[in-house]
Amino acid sequence: MPSILSISGVSKTYATGFTALKEVNLDIQRGEIFALLGPNGAGKTTLISIVCGIVNRSSGTVTVDGHDINKDYRAARSLIGLVPQELTIDAFESVWATVNYSRGLFGKPANPAFVEKVLRDLSLWDKKDAKAITLSGGMKRRLMIAKALSHEPRILFLDEPTAGVDVELRQDMWAMVRRLREDGVTIILTTHYIEEAEAMADRVGVINRGEIILVENKAELMRKLGRKRLVLELRNPLTAIPEALSRYALDLSPDGGQLTYTYDNQAERPGVASLMRDLEAGGVQFRDIDTQNSSLEEIFVNLVRREP
Amino acid sequence: MNLRAVWAIYRMEMARAFRTVLQSIVSPVISTSLYFVVFGSAIGSRITEIDGISYGAFIVPGLIMLSLLTQSISNASFAIYFPKFVGSIYELLSAPVSYLEIVIAYVGGAATKSIILGLIILATASLFVPLTILHPFWMLAFLVLTAVTFSLFGFIIGIWAKSFEQLQLVPLLIITPLTFLGGSFYSINMLPEVWRTITLFNPVVYLISGFRWSFYGKSDVSVGVSLGMTVVFLLICIAIVAWIFRTGYRLRN
Repeated sequence: MPSILSISGVSKTYATGFTALKEVNLDIQRGEIFALLGPNGAGKTTLISIVCGIVNRSSGTVTVDGHDINKDYRAARSLIGLVPQELTIDAFESVWATVNYSRGLFGKPANPAFVEKVLRDLSLWDKKDAKAITLSGGMKRRLMIAKALSHEPRILFLDEPTAGVDVELRQDMWAMVRRLREDGVTIILTTHYIEEAEAMADRVGVINRGEIILVENKAELMRKLGRKRLVLELRNPLTAIPEALSRYALDLSPDGGQLTYTYDNQAERPGVASLMRDLEAGGVQFRDIDTQNSSLEEIFVNLVRREP
Repeated sequence: MNLRAVWAIYRMEMARAFRTVLQSIVSPVISTSLYFVVFGSAIGSRITEIDGISYGAFIVPGLIMLSLLTQSISNASFAIYFPKFVGSIYELLSAPVSYLEIVIAYVGGAATKSIILGLIILATASLFVPLTILHPFWMLAFLVLTAVTFSLFGFIIGIWAKSFEQLQLVPLLIITPLTFLGGSFYSINMLPEVWRTITLFNPVVYLISGFRWSFYGKSDVSVGVSLGMTVVFLLICIAIVAWIFRTGYRLRN
């Protein structure tokens, strides 16, 4: 699939000397939902800001649908909609005025019917005459999205879209993102809510200390890096893990009734069979057995921790 | 050129002025009227005429310039500082808008507001004293040129300022004193020679003198010099704005 956004060798060092990005290379495919994961301060927002033209990069190139973001900034920027992390709206403007302003700013002719549709889709139509300052936090977030969608972008950046948002609104936003993808919009979201990436993304990129440390298809990532857990419900609770089983990565629940074995399911010898044999030899009986895949969150934590 | 963006910004700026009509229009008109009443009647009773012009009429161009300078700076500096302060500047910086378009829209909006204000003050003054405008074209030319120049200057201050305090600093500590000492309420020819020479280093003298000439045909310094100085200041402001945008100074860094 051709890439719609291509980031090549992008670095950013701020005037303070802080290096926020180091030689970042990233290609985003047309029509995908890409989740950029990273801890706070990893460089997610800086990367988005560079692509959108808010921050100058120190080196590297960025093209949006083949348009260089400097040489052909008009074509590049007109394809992008940005919903920043902070709720930054002109507080004294009405919802209707501020969304139409955004559309005009991006050079689009007035289209009241389209703006009405955007506002209705985001449940903001009732508030079209309300000043931004009177809206609730969730509504302000939706207004930011309406502003970003007002000029019909082909790429939508959502920077921490559900930070501080209640569960219901989060579900609404996820549904909206999926609808946009169905319309062919490419979506790049940054988040540190792993469940968000797990629920929505096609591919996941992990950024840490200004470096992209991994880009992978989400399902593939979970398959490759996922660790599995084997949970044994013991017939007779144990007070301690028997000496004979000490070579296994076992955890005993506080009540002694559950034994958990964590293993790498990609390993040549995951050790499940030998554990079973050793359990039997040691006289440890169990009445039930269960296996669980690790979540994206665990994968992410492992990746970030692995970094020096 | 993204004319739709220029229009969107300009319209937003004008809407802000009309939304805050009390602050934008009414309060400068009231304060100017107070200047006019206090200075006109208190000093006017002692100085009846300057250069053959009644004192009340003499101070009108200076009063208009006083408001024009301070309002142009305050309109433009606030217009660009406020989005920086609340963070909504991200939208402007991420839009397909050139620097030239941003300047035209913001400076155009700020200058329009202060020109409207200048004309309102002129109309207000005409209620107090009989006014003559000998050179209406040049009166408008000085009005527009000064409004644009000082709106550009305000735009620079708005980008430079990192706090509301800094935003007020230059207008308060530099522009207001220069305007008061620039011959708004007197002719610099009334000053002792030494002070007159020092005053000639004040750029506002040239603006007020040229503007007053367009009304009464009398000026402290020659009109050509006034016009030249105004244009020089305009060019300096354009050069600074161009540098700011080329380097991304305090905007994209």
